[in-house]
Amino acid sequence: MRSLPAWLSAALVLALTLGTLLAVALRAEVGRGLSSGDWAAIRFTVGQAIVSALVSVALAVPVARALARRRFRWRGALVMLLGAPFILPVIVAVLGLLAVFGRGGLLNAGLAGLGVAPVSIYGAGGVVLAHVFFNLPLAVRLILQGWLSIPAERFQLAAQLNAPIWRLLERPMLARVVPGAVLVIFLICLTSFAVALTLGGGPKATTVELAIWQAVRFDFDLGRAALLSCIQFGLCAVAAVIAWRVTPVDGFGSGLDRVVARWDQSAWDWAWLLAVTLFLATPLAMVVWRGVPGLADLGPGVWAAAGRSVAVAAGSTVLCLLLGLSLALRGGIVMSIVGVLPLAASALVMGTGLFLMLFPLANPATLALPVTLCVNAVMALPFVLRVLGPAVTDIRASYGRLAETLGLRGLSLLRIVILPRLRRPLGFAAGLTAALSLGDLGVIALFATDAQETLPLAMYRLMGAYRMDAAAGAALLLLALALGVFWICDRGGRMDVDA
Amino acid sequence: MKTQTLSLGLASVGAILCASTALAQTPVLNVLTYDSFTSEWGPGPAIEKAFEAECACDLVFTSAGDGAALLARLQLEGPRTDADVVLGLDTNLTAAARDTGLFAPHGVTADLTMPVTWDDDTFLPFDWGYLAFVANKDTAPVTSFRALADSDLKIVIEDPRSSTPGLGLLMWVHAVYGDEAPQIWADLADNIVTVTPGWTEAYNLFLAGEADAVLSYTTSPAYHLIAEDDDTKTSWAFDEGNYLQVEVAAKVANTDQPALADQFMAFIAQPGFQDVIPETNWMYPATKVSLPTGFDTLTVPSKGLLLSSQDAANVRDALVETWRTALSQ
Repeated sequence: MRSLPAWLSAALVLALTLGTLLAVALRAEVGRGLSSGDWAAIRFTVGQAIVSALVSVALAVPVARALARRRFRWRGALVMLLGAPFILPVIVAVLGLLAVFGRGGLLNAGLAGLGVAPVSIYGAGGVVLAHVFFNLPLAVRLILQGWLSIPAERFQLAAQLNAPIWRLLERPMLARVVPGAVLVIFLICLTSFAVALTLGGGPKATTVELAIWQAVRFDFDLGRAALLSCIQFGLCAVAAVIAWRVTPVDGFGSGLDRVVARWDQSAWDWAWLLAVTLFLATPLAMVVWRGVPGLADLGPGVWAAAGRSVAVAAGSTVLCLLLGLSLALRGGIVMSIVGVLPLAASALVMGTGLFLMLFPLANPATLALPVTLCVNAVMALPFVLRVLGPAVTDIRASYGRLAETLGLRGLSLLRIVILPRLRRPLGFAAGLTAALSLGDLGVIALFATDAQETLPLAMYRLMGAYRMDAAAGAALLLLALALGVFWICDRGGRMDVDA
Repeated sequence: MKTQTLSLGLASVGAILCASTALAQTPVLNVLTYDSFTSEWGPGPAIEKAFEAECACDLVFTSAGDGAALLARLQLEGPRTDADVVLGLDTNLTAAARDTGLFAPHGVTADLTMPVTWDDDTFLPFDWGYLAFVANKDTAPVTSFRALADSDLKIVIEDPRSSTPGLGLLMWVHAVYGDEAPQIWADLADNIVTVTPGWTEAYNLFLAGEADAVLSYTTSPAYHLIAEDDDTKTSWAFDEGNYLQVEVAAKVANTDQPALADQFMAFIAQPGFQDVIPETNWMYPATKVSLPTGFDTLTVPSKGLLLSSQDAANVRDALVETWRTALSQ
């Protein structure tokens, strides 16, 4: 009984990931195998994803630590800002980064003032920089959740005993949280396409996703697309198994949900917080700066698209939380794998597969928004599970026996014991899903007609029609909406933290 | 009072029923095209109005990404497609489109004004443009790929594996240099700041000041001049000629509206369609219509280059491989 919602969720995820892949493969003609170029793409893809993930997480640990042990006035705003880059459409974020690190950007203007030769953002360094910009915030938030999951009582006990916090509390927590964070970011970077290509400098920066793109869009070689997608799945599976093996399952026992009062602060905390704020906020400020004049140029079509995007985001958030909660409550290795699958799926293959599956039944154009809603929910699921999974495990470990003794089961267990303690991760997960869904430009492009245009699509169409000022305005609107929904959803969690 | 309300209500229901029957009787012509064609700033809305005024039909545009996505969509749908006309493929894609066997001859004779001869009874051009590097006027222009390679200028280009102008650039270098193309690409490597997935990313990098020039069209400066009153942009004519992008339309063979589809194909070559193109699609119209003020200031290359669609299809894979090898060094 307890498992039924979980199996339904798993079935939906499997249908959208492996099911769509199968639909593509069934239409395929015999593939040609892999060329040497494909192998080069695989090597580059994996290499840059490893470096990007390690750098993002390595930088995120001290930042999360500083956030976990400092209380200050703008902390809430900073934590929210940390959610912003992750949900920006790639081209908007890249233009923001270029305004800082590009040829005519602030950094090079400063260097020129000092008489230093300009630096170039293009190449492997630029790819990693952009990936860190996108993923550092996510890593910080995931690791911060880990820090906040350590009960305050533990810190108090450690303080009384004058015990080393790092060795006893923080290092074990990191050992539990970091592999998952590395894995998630590795997988995000693995399927990266536009960042790698735009900032990579050229054909050296070829990714598997580009090869899939080319196979579907230009060659209509579905067999090759399916083969390359299988390779992405394979890489993902290997990474998932490694992460699962190195993640020890242990908890810290229960606390009384008190807020931690930390005494082990250092001045380095401020340095880290200042650095990360500058790194993330400056490009975003440039997006705002450029977008404000364009706001006046936005026609009614763009506002309607914005409304549509918000509706889709709300729907996919509800669906994703239902999926995530049912899977997290069920737990187990199968559910972990199901939860990671969407990260390895190619949005292009998913869209193509869905098109093939739905076309005999209905006109795909009329289903554009429901399909986008479902796909967005499933795509956000890995992040939501990464947040909810450990939290549910902790609650079960801490309150499971007590609840059993009291005879709490099913919905009453969920309502009385689990949901109140999940408020913070649920809020964060909802904010993340809604914001991700707002910025998504994947499947919609394959299905949509003008009547189903979403805000990111409207922004790309404005750019395609040379209306760069209006597009900058649309980008600002997107940023504001994404931050807005993130703020609303995440608010409960942040208030807890600030208290 | 009450009866009056009731009869009013009945009358309005009747009116709605009549209207919906009338709507059901209006034939619908489905035209599959690319995104920017149907956007509120594109040619779609004006063309829809003009054609519906003379066809007593409902013209419905459906958009699907860019030109390449259009072809993929069509191949996905196969013979069951609802589309009656497909609008927006270019000559790099027409060979593959012809191979699907989905298209019928257009039967239109039009007085085309393109710098190349056109002889294709299936695909009818509706607009065209010269590929060109677009730069600021204060950048010293270059007039050949060799001069570009010898200069310190930085350029942004599009990836031929994911974009149609990027593929056009490969055809351009091949058309001019043939077997020497690999050397040209090797020499150009240090001028290329980066390669982007599509036109949008490339053009934005250029506008953001990341490069001196970007691969676009000779008509791009017209947008800045006419719509933004900005005359600082120009494009470069190359001595050996500039490659053409020709956008075409074709009639779907098993359309359920053959007469309407034929009428629309003929309409494509008429002023009601052609007049809209320059200031909405920012390309040259395919027939002789008067161009808006500002188009006279555009760079006009001495020669237009174009490979036949079959030649383009034949050399494509080899050109991409050459390009890739040269730029991976």
